[in-house]
Amino acid sequence: MQLLDAADLGYGAAPVLRGITLHVEPGQRVALLGRSGAGKSTLLAAIRRALLEQGRRVALVPQDHALVPQVSSLRNVLMGRLDDHGAFHNLTTLIRPRRADRDAALQVLARVGLTPEADRPVEALSGGQKQRVALARAIYRGGDVLVADEPVSAVDPVQAEALAAVMREAFPTAILALHDVSVALAFATRLIGLNQGRIVLDLPTEGLDAAAIETLYAR
Amino acid sequence: MRAEAITRRRIVTGFLIAALICLPFADLTQAGNDPWAALSRMMRGFLSPDFGAVEQITRAIALTLAFAIAGVAVGALAGLIMAPFYRLRAVRWLAIALRSVHELFWALILMQVTGIGVATGVLAIALPYAGIFAKVLSEILDEADQRPSDWLGRGVDPLSRFLWARMPLCRREMVNYTLYRLECGLRSSAVLGFIGLPTLGFQLDSFFRQGEYGAAGAIMAIYIALIATIRLWMRPRAVWAWLAAAGVMLSQVHSPPMGQGALWRFLTSDIVPAPLRQGDVAGLWPWLWDLAAGAILPGLMATLIVAQLALILAGGVAFVGQALIVPRVTGRIGAVLGHLLLVILRSFPEYMLAYLFLQIFGPSMLPAILALGLHNGAIIAHLLGRQAEGLTLRPDAPRGLTLWGWEIVPRLFGQFVALCLYRWELIIRESAIVGILGVATLGFYLDDAISELRMDRAVVILLATGLATVGIDALSRFIRGGLGAGRLRARVASDRGVAVPVG
Repeated sequence: MQLLDAADLGYGAAPVLRGITLHVEPGQRVALLGRSGAGKSTLLAAIRRALLEQGRRVALVPQDHALVPQVSSLRNVLMGRLDDHGAFHNLTTLIRPRRADRDAALQVLARVGLTPEADRPVEALSGGQKQRVALARAIYRGGDVLVADEPVSAVDPVQAEALAAVMREAFPTAILALHDVSVALAFATRLIGLNQGRIVLDLPTEGLDAAAIETLYAR
Repeated sequence: MRAEAITRRRIVTGFLIAALICLPFADLTQAGNDPWAALSRMMRGFLSPDFGAVEQITRAIALTLAFAIAGVAVGALAGLIMAPFYRLRAVRWLAIALRSVHELFWALILMQVTGIGVATGVLAIALPYAGIFAKVLSEILDEADQRPSDWLGRGVDPLSRFLWARMPLCRREMVNYTLYRLECGLRSSAVLGFIGLPTLGFQLDSFFRQGEYGAAGAIMAIYIALIATIRLWMRPRAVWAWLAAAGVMLSQVHSPPMGQGALWRFLTSDIVPAPLRQGDVAGLWPWLWDLAAGAILPGLMATLIVAQLALILAGGVAFVGQALIVPRVTGRIGAVLGHLLLVILRSFPEYMLAYLFLQIFGPSMLPAILALGLHNGAIIAHLLGRQAEGLTLRPDAPRGLTLWGWEIVPRLFGQFVALCLYRWELIIRESAIVGILGVATLGFYLDDAISELRMDRAVVILLATGLATVGIDALSRFIRGGLGAGRLRARVASDRGVAVPVG
């Protein structure tokens, strides 16, 4: 999938990222690394746009979750497939989810460990739980590619590893922005490092260790 | 005049001079009434309320509630349907047209079509409220978080997007605003009684006519208690029960049936200017000129005179009263009493206050000016007082009058002027309305035309009133813009839940 070709990305006259070319093979799991402000979110947004233009189904986990806080976790998850149905179906789902839909959504919530929170409104959940609801919504949606911006930043390291495994199972192809190098190594098949508006490293994860990456980074 | 040249002090001076110019033209005479005797009779009635006429009182209160609940519900629903489409010019203009006509004027017009019945009362509230709801709910929707809706992408149909990702985010604020509107609806509904619907105003009027001041006092006391406790008895969960109860109450109202085709006759014949109806097109201009010189211009003049003087009175009340509810100024007991006074003045609709003052002072501009000035002054004073309570004061700040003069007045002066300007528009609208009571403002001429069954004249007067309102709106916006008070809108908007009178 040719996603970007020598693109300048950013807002207004001064692009955050310059001359970015990106090609992702189906089956690759890409981790974008970089300090905050390096342009990860900008790059992810551009990648999502490119994927949508190619007519692919994208499951998105935004950094700010973009959940509806007043509504239950379950309904936030069900929101992942609204565009598969017509207005009437969605309306009846909102009033009372069908048994099959509810079971499917509950199954996804179970995978991220939120079964007990299924019927609680999202605003009553902790930051980590909200993040898992956002992830569950993306998994329930499914699709060709997972695009996620720091999807495990608010959970503890053990949970992060477990969620990384869940994402790996759910999506063969994924592009994630991460700041935790060990999670990136556990999840990804390919690392892309961003620094000062450019791609400074692009390597397969095989054979790399955290220390090596840190040194690559520091340059 | 450049907008930058507007300072607060110049505004205040300008309004004071305008009021001084108005003063000689204002009819403030007391038409042979002995105000003190009337006042003492009334006070005695209020201080010893007589709940004996329990059946009439209960029925009037229940119907006041029923009309308010039904009217606000219909208005809110219609407004909610219009709100997502408020960007479309047709919807926006429809909403502006609906809300530029006051509830009482709607009622007077509707009576010609639907008679003195349930439909008139409910629609008179629902129509203007639909216009207000459409505007405010669309603002709430615009201010809400757009990100969940963005997440859904482009493939989701608009209805699902609205119900799943827009509506839940706004629900709480919409419910709050609707509650505030219901409070307004209770006032509107009570006032509709004065023109013949079976609500509180009607019962109050008949108690006064019979000299039963104790019963009048009782009905007023219940009414104030109802408005003050609205958030206790109107729970979102009980909405369906209240709606059902309102429906049952309204189904008990019997009204004389209207003849067939009343609406058709109204639209095709009654409101067509008389010269056109008689095929005399050349007669239209003299007819219009006669109407303008004989009704619209004098009515407009009187409306503006009443409004200017009432504004100055409101400003005075607010200026003095802004510290009334601050314990550091008036003491703990004083603050409680201050609250009570302001609540009472705020709860009574201007129109009802004007009616009461009319009983005391007899017909002139005085009752209208007093009513509008006190009611609006109390609202501004209440809002300023709440801000005064929130001011951070240095530890050794003074107390009492010194605090009022040296801290509160100067620090809140900008807010004071901005709020007065907001109320100015509303005072002008209400000045036109109180004409129905007999003060020669626009409402008087409108009521006159309607009672003579000259609906063509009434509609033109109504249009002129609407245009005057729009003109004043624009002027006030211009002045506010010059003051940099345009920002107040955002603050007021976020404060909607606590009954800020913006519409």
